[in-house]
Amino acid sequence: MATLLSQPHGEAIGYSFTQPTSVPNKEHSFYPYTDNGGSTLGITGSNFAILAGDTRSVAGYNINSRYVPKVFKIGGDDETGEGAHILLSVVGFAADGQALKERLDAVVKMYKYQHGKSMSVGACAQRLSTILYQKRFFPYYVHAILAGLDEDGRGALYSYDPVGSYEREQCRAAGSAASLIMPFLDNQVNFKNQYIPGSGEGHALEPKRADPLSRETVEELVRDAFTSAVERHIEVGDGLQMMVITSGGIEEIYYPLKKD
Amino acid sequence: MDKLVAQYTRAPHQNEFYSEQEQRELTESLPPLSLKFSLPPVDNSRAFLRAMTDDHSNPSCPIKLAHGTTTLAFRFQGGIIVATDSRATAGNWIASQTVKKVIPVSRLSRGEDKPTNEPTPGLLGTMAGGAADCQYWLRYLSQQCTLHEIRHKRRITVAAASKILANLTYAYKGMGLSMGTMLAGMTPQEGPALYYIDSDGTRLAGNLFCVGSGQTFAYGVLDANYRYDLTEEEALELGRRSILAAMHRDAYSGGFINLYHVKEEGWVHHGFNDMNPIFWKTKLEKGEFSNVTSEL
Repeated sequence: MATLLSQPHGEAIGYSFTQPTSVPNKEHSFYPYTDNGGSTLGITGSNFAILAGDTRSVAGYNINSRYVPKVFKIGGDDETGEGAHILLSVVGFAADGQALKERLDAVVKMYKYQHGKSMSVGACAQRLSTILYQKRFFPYYVHAILAGLDEDGRGALYSYDPVGSYEREQCRAAGSAASLIMPFLDNQVNFKNQYIPGSGEGHALEPKRADPLSRETVEELVRDAFTSAVERHIEVGDGLQMMVITSGGIEEIYYPLKKD
Repeated sequence: MDKLVAQYTRAPHQNEFYSEQEQRELTESLPPLSLKFSLPPVDNSRAFLRAMTDDHSNPSCPIKLAHGTTTLAFRFQGGIIVATDSRATAGNWIASQTVKKVIPVSRLSRGEDKPTNEPTPGLLGTMAGGAADCQYWLRYLSQQCTLHEIRHKRRITVAAASKILANLTYAYKGMGLSMGTMLAGMTPQEGPALYYIDSDGTRLAGNLFCVGSGQTFAYGVLDANYRYDLTEEEALELGRRSILAAMHRDAYSGGFINLYHVKEEGWVHHGFNDMNPIFWKTKLEKGEFSNVTSEL
């Protein structure tokens, strides 16, 4: 496959990451996807993980709803999600996201009934990858993020591409405002391009080490990320839904965002 | 005829929920690495997939998959060096700078199961092309290798493992998979063995391979300095330097340098290091990259 192994010659490097909103190539009449916009974001700490998403749902330039959640509890005992220990956020095409969430929820529940114990986040992360890959040739149009606590009680966050490649990370933003939020997170969570003042001159400057952040700091970062994204992206707004998972369970926080 | 009858005797609402087969799959706890994939309801699923995901032929495609890479592996007297960058791109967007593009194959001895400084037995696979394709099929290969290990009470040869993967990619030829992978390992039967397998179904044995968008830059450095009788130190440095050259000239490569050494007893990890300090060290201490100015 030559396209893969060589550089994509034909592609001009653009100046922004914005994508054209027009439906690609008219000759493809079968177009089963809609981009419902919005953004999601996850950050982990030493004993918690936060998953957040805005609640606006758009189709083109129309805002269809101001409250469509993008963050879900997985493997709960009832429809309120009580007793869940894993969180999933999906952004992209909401219908695919809903289908994916229901599929994973069913799998996690069946696992519990059959094995008499709840699924670990690591196992659930691997399973989500294979669920996404089952539709390799007809993908789910979603960017998923999975969060929970690992065996040592530390926050665990896994991010996925639409066909299931995944990686454990400290933080991840997905969706339409990912290109606005992710650089902020690199700087504020992983301390990229931050150096210890006075540790040297020029190239001898010592980079600042990235230690896990406190819950208060992370909640503030999430709110700042979203209020800033709302100012500069038309598809983000209305409300911020935050789910915090700790050893004590899952706490849901709603925070209003600008509605314009 | 049977097909026609079947098509019209089924009530339409039956299609609305998971089929019996799918329900059974949900409830069974068997490993989900099956070879069943759902296809779009169109005549030409390949064209559909290309229209949706191939940002090379259609830059405004809606689903952007993670791509782009430089990976290399070469044989020398002390074993095999495997080195990669860590960048994943989706169009012009850098999706991640921390991808682990070297994947341990063979589940009985996976790195994450027991983190030690001792060599870990087993094969190493590298990842270039579609990230999900590589991750999924190398995991599938792990499963097959583990089964081989259990059935035959000895580790699979690299030749056999690479053939499993090549047969697989050949079977899916033209379906839109995209992977260029190298398998490296050392077995008593073969000694150090290195194979290149890609999504066309190609399978090659060789001493030296570079794969990915930055392959030409890596080959440039590697070919110029490669000898079979390199010492371990020299070989590790050559692997690192070749990846660095590719990261410097190829926009689709970058991030961290991931280095592995495959020895007789197994593979050893030699770090996942940020390229930036290594670049400046190479420039300022060795005088290389003199086209780059360190002052304005």
